[in-house]
Amino acid sequence: MSTTLSDDLTRLSAVQMADRLADGAITSEQLTQAHLDRIVRLNPTLNAYLLVDPEGALATAREVDRARAAGEDLPRLAGVPVAVKDIACTEGMTTTAGSRMLADFVPPYDATIVTRIRDARMPILGKTNMDEFAMGSSTEHSAFGPTRNPWDLDRIPGGSGGGSSAAVAAYLAPLAVGSDTGGSIRQPAAVTGTVGTKPTYGAVSRYGVIALASSLDQIGPCARTVADAALLHEVLAGHDPMDSTSIDAPVPDVVGASGTTDLTGLRVGVVREISGEGFQAGVQARFDEALDQLRALGAEIVEVSCPHFGYAMAAYYLILPSEASSNLARYDAMRYGLRETPEGSPSAEQVMAASRDAGFGDEVKRRIILGTYALSSGYYDAYYGQAQKVRTLIARDFEAAFEQADVLVSPTSPTTAFALGDKTEDPMAMYLNDIATIPANLAGVPGMSIPSGTADEDSLPAGLQILAPAMQDQRLYAVGAALEARLRETQGGYVIEQAPEIEVRA
Amino acid sequence: MSNLSREDVAHVAMLARIHLEDAELDRLAGQLDQIVDWVGQVAEVASADVPPMSHPMPLTNVTRPDEVRPSLGVEQAVANAPQAEDDRFAVPRILDEE
Repeated sequence: MSTTLSDDLTRLSAVQMADRLADGAITSEQLTQAHLDRIVRLNPTLNAYLLVDPEGALATAREVDRARAAGEDLPRLAGVPVAVKDIACTEGMTTTAGSRMLADFVPPYDATIVTRIRDARMPILGKTNMDEFAMGSSTEHSAFGPTRNPWDLDRIPGGSGGGSSAAVAAYLAPLAVGSDTGGSIRQPAAVTGTVGTKPTYGAVSRYGVIALASSLDQIGPCARTVADAALLHEVLAGHDPMDSTSIDAPVPDVVGASGTTDLTGLRVGVVREISGEGFQAGVQARFDEALDQLRALGAEIVEVSCPHFGYAMAAYYLILPSEASSNLARYDAMRYGLRETPEGSPSAEQVMAASRDAGFGDEVKRRIILGTYALSSGYYDAYYGQAQKVRTLIARDFEAAFEQADVLVSPTSPTTAFALGDKTEDPMAMYLNDIATIPANLAGVPGMSIPSGTADEDSLPAGLQILAPAMQDQRLYAVGAALEARLRETQGGYVIEQAPEIEVRA
Repeated sequence: MSNLSREDVAHVAMLARIHLEDAELDRLAGQLDQIVDWVGQVAEVASADVPPMSHPMPLTNVTRPDEVRPSLGVEQAVANAPQAEDDRFAVPRILDEE
């Protein structure tokens, strides 16, 4: 197969891939090989994948092809390749979480989501880059170098899931798994012109997923279209007895909802506190136009106020570091992970402290120290305790807002992709990228980012965020799909189609 | 309300078992002081009568049937150990030399 034809295969949506596999027009081996070829060519430039598994992916692909030829009944996405963020354990395949601490860690078991992907018979192309332990908004905190944004190689692909967003945006995978603790699926989607969903807290199992902040973390799909995201969402979601926070209820019909074309009667709330001031002009302009399109689809736009959202960032940067400081205490250099032995005859404690200094990057150290401080005796009430109360107020803001509206919308990220290196020396500036996404994690409600267009000032993609009440994930897909189709019509194509060709850099 | 000194950061880093070099301490202390100052704004808003929220879901104890299931074998369990000996994790000394 020629390069061009092979590239054409990678341009298909996951839905189209599944259809062509089902009717025998293509084989999974061809499709998987097409992606692997493109990865070989472009990954040295993009650094979206930390690990590529050609043998494993092709073996799965060939099995699917054999099963299909034998007339077996196969799952919808069987044979469609997928990338997995390097935060999910994959048996026998190095899993680093973007950290030197786990540079050589080979998990002895699969995360439940990986098992589900294998059960869906999807070839796993490899593991995607991320900010260390998912702490960051740019992938620049990865111990293995930043990922580059396919739209502009000198810009960030978002974070922490910048490897997954870049892989999907650059056609190095049709689908990818992400994790979202404060926006790590949605913000990367926004700055790469792709789609990303953070499901309701508890909707997707986290068994075998390396923990950052356990009351906030959630796994979800990254894709180029809403319908594609829905298919992966359906594979990932569902009850898992191995995760005590897993919701024991049927998965909402996200795939059905992704066929929605009419929003008549739907009340869409615009959150006053997360739009307007502080948002880049081009991001806000595309958002305002999207509101007009929602009206054209029959929706009613109402303004809602969530007065405590202004405190969400501060509460988040107490709750997350506190939980992270506890979760990351497991990296003690004794059972697995990096061990650094100082000279002389050091004690276990000295080895531990030296290993944690050598194994963790600056951002991880900042957050562990901040969390340890916030939980320490004498400061607990003023910081962690107070942040938990703010969390209650934010959840109440959502409750009140969802009495006035069926879904809420905002720009996903205040700006388009910024330049690599722009914010690495200023942690506070980096944190502010997640101002619109963090409230959903604090309250546990689901959120999605879809492309709203490109900003006039820099021709880079902007994202629109949709938020729904807990357990109503299908509403995200209904609104996302209807708006996506409408924007495609008015803008003359999908936003991702405006992305320039990627120049290979040596 | 904050003002996290360099000494405070060194102390908390010790509690967190992270040995910071002097240069790192210089760099992180300034940044952490600024961050602590900023997160302190949570004190402005929530009054005493607001209940704390630790988790988005009302959780009750989740248990599984008490049945024997397969688990990791010894070989798998120590496969990632920095150092292993006789099917066990080998660790540095845990007592003082005196």
